[in-house]
Amino acid sequence: MGGFLVRRFGYALLILLGVNLLTFFLFFTVNTPDDMARLNIGGKRVTQEQIDKWKSERGYDRPLYWNRAETGSAQLTRTVLWERSISLLALDFGRSDSARSVDIGHEVRTRMAVSLQLALPLFILQLIVSVAFSLLLVFFRHTRIDFWGVVLCVVMLSISSLFYIIVGQFLFSRVLKLVPISGYAGGLDALRFLMLPVLLSLLSRLGTEARLYRAMFLEEFGKDYVRTARAKGLGEARVLVRHVLRNALIPIITSAGSYLPYVFLGSLVFESFFGIPGLGAFVIEAISGQDFAIVRTMVFLGAVLYIASNVLIDLLYTWVDPRVRLNN
Amino acid sequence: MGFQFVFLWTDLALWAMFAALAGYGLRVARRPHLRAAWSKAFRDPAALASGAVLALFMFVTALDSVHFRRVLAATPEQGANAAYYDTHTESLLDLALARPLAMRESSYSEPLATHGLIKQNLERDGASVREHPRLAHGGAHLGDPPAQRGVDMATRVGAGVLAGLLITVGLSLALAWRLGRRNQGTAGAWRDIVGARTRYPWRALLLTVGTVALLAGPTMALMGHYHVLGTDRTGNDVLVQALKSIRTAFVIGSLATVATLPPAIVLGVLAGYYKGWVDEAVQYLYTTLTSVPNVLLIAACVLMVQVFLDTHPDLFETGLERADLKMFLLCLILGLTGWATLCRLVRGETLKLRELEFVQAAEAFGVSPARTMARHILPNVMHLVLITTVLNFSDLILYEAVLTYIGVGVDPSTNSFGGMINLARNEMSGDPLVWWSFAAAFGFMLALVLAANLFADGVRDAFDPRARAFRPRLLTHRLP
Repeated sequence: MGGFLVRRFGYALLILLGVNLLTFFLFFTVNTPDDMARLNIGGKRVTQEQIDKWKSERGYDRPLYWNRAETGSAQLTRTVLWERSISLLALDFGRSDSARSVDIGHEVRTRMAVSLQLALPLFILQLIVSVAFSLLLVFFRHTRIDFWGVVLCVVMLSISSLFYIIVGQFLFSRVLKLVPISGYAGGLDALRFLMLPVLLSLLSRLGTEARLYRAMFLEEFGKDYVRTARAKGLGEARVLVRHVLRNALIPIITSAGSYLPYVFLGSLVFESFFGIPGLGAFVIEAISGQDFAIVRTMVFLGAVLYIASNVLIDLLYTWVDPRVRLNN
Repeated sequence: MGFQFVFLWTDLALWAMFAALAGYGLRVARRPHLRAAWSKAFRDPAALASGAVLALFMFVTALDSVHFRRVLAATPEQGANAAYYDTHTESLLDLALARPLAMRESSYSEPLATHGLIKQNLERDGASVREHPRLAHGGAHLGDPPAQRGVDMATRVGAGVLAGLLITVGLSLALAWRLGRRNQGTAGAWRDIVGARTRYPWRALLLTVGTVALLAGPTMALMGHYHVLGTDRTGNDVLVQALKSIRTAFVIGSLATVATLPPAIVLGVLAGYYKGWVDEAVQYLYTTLTSVPNVLLIAACVLMVQVFLDTHPDLFETGLERADLKMFLLCLILGLTGWATLCRLVRGETLKLRELEFVQAAEAFGVSPARTMARHILPNVMHLVLITTVLNFSDLILYEAVLTYIGVGVDPSTNSFGGMINLARNEMSGDPLVWWSFAAAFGFMLALVLAANLFADGVRDAFDPRARAFRPRLLTHRLP
């Protein structure tokens, strides 16, 4: 267990370095800081002084990879790459590029709480509803219920999530006036605002997930232990829940786990559509405002969360399936 | 009247892809095992029907991918020899839709309306009255719209339905004649088609063709004189926008998938074949790529592309070329960020294949590694590539809408379903309610994505024997 964590940590560091290099290359080499400055200051005529001022304010005025003006190790450390990488790895995100220059670390902390309020209940409900629906289909396999259930799944997964949102807002907020169209409030009031996004997000992914889980269940059904369980005289429901469900949990955890980073990062589209001030909405604001510092930070943060959730999934495996050993 | 062809990046890529598709078709015809698998795919009624729908969408895309600029009438000062071309680029689809394209109103109008949606102050008999203005083109040929509109529309719809029926019946008869020529005669073949006893599910195909013809006939009959799906805020025909959006969806769906293939296949086969440090390096590469949430990586790349296009205005002549270059780069970005899944699959399959006897035999005969990979391993991973490609297609079309909403999709000047939904969002919450652009985008997108999904399922079932077990089917006879 300890060895496993150490190894995973080492590999995680390696990957984070790779991600860091990749984003750095994207944001600083494909387009130079001068281009970014010009874009951010805006306007037709931008003088070189303005650009230099903008760069020095944000610490982009050093050489990118290699500082020839310095000697010794300072050649490497007094560069934009080194300074940015070190601060990112220390989870010190600095300030955003835009004129408002918000403290990214502070924003991330406050917004992540909001994102979690939306995404955590959603994640759990999603798992329960999708598994329940696919279990239902599997229980009634080779019948009309299964057939039309799968047809429903295919139709549902062919509809863009944007349609669910627009129709949902129209129906529940405009026609039925049950919940507010968008917005957010803290405390218990949040429930009123979060209900609709949770429901719609649930619906928009039900088709994909239920169909996938159904296939996973059916794959288990072909195995010998199912025949043994039936031979022992167990009822169909008991075989399904006690045997098939438990064995199918491993692929289900893998597939659901790949969605974990978004639990923390928030669903970009849903948060922005419903005006929920979470991390997802933060990213979209940054993209439309062309604030590269925020996008860069979120790319890095996303990678950190992805790796963390992968470790979490591996740990979950040992809990679900005692045969899995992490050490070998 | 002269014209000059305009070769856009995506046009060239699309035609290259169509050529590759034709080449693959020839190859399938020559190889018995591929022919068997594809004929199995098309024996699935849903796959055949959705294949027909996809072919229709592909036809529209092809029409919309031949661009040209007209020559302008030369003024005397320019001299007779100099040719000046219009800055406005048109496609063959624009020619076909010339009439509805020219029917531009001033603002919103409901589907098939003769009057605008929003009341305006109009001068009548010297007094100012506030009423719905008459549309400039929609139903403009009618003298007294309330009285004549019903009859006029009924005759046009009737004619359209009749044409649709004629086409369907004609095709059905031709098919029955063709099938029955060998033995049982046309009538017998027709009975087989109706009873679904034919080798291929012709009944499903004819039903699909019939439905499309019955929808398209009246639409085409009405299109020249009415706005069948209404007009948007700037008075443009919504139906035309939806038709033009098909190309965008198709380009994103297909080119972005094709762009994933080279890195995925090459790196996957190399990693699986050589193992060792090559494998480690490739695995590291795709783990790094997948560890960044996809949307964020795409957003980052697209932002960079935007800056790049702003600083390199010499790469394009017209606005259309700029938008097109952006779309082309978006496809490349989607490809470069999306190859990890397929690469993982190909690597796994190659690891399995390289231990098999035929590969070992090839090595023992002294076949070079490059040749072993190209001749012995590559053909055996192609089914994975094919399945992933068709499955990706529909996902990417849905993805385009989300990316455009976020602001990192296609250019706002390009017609796309994402753009239509984006505008519809405000219209659906405004007053008066404008539902038709939303409904049009929904209908067209659902038809395209559903067809792509059903087709993908058929192909997967035919090429992956494992997937067939998951197909929902009714047991016709109970097991004893």
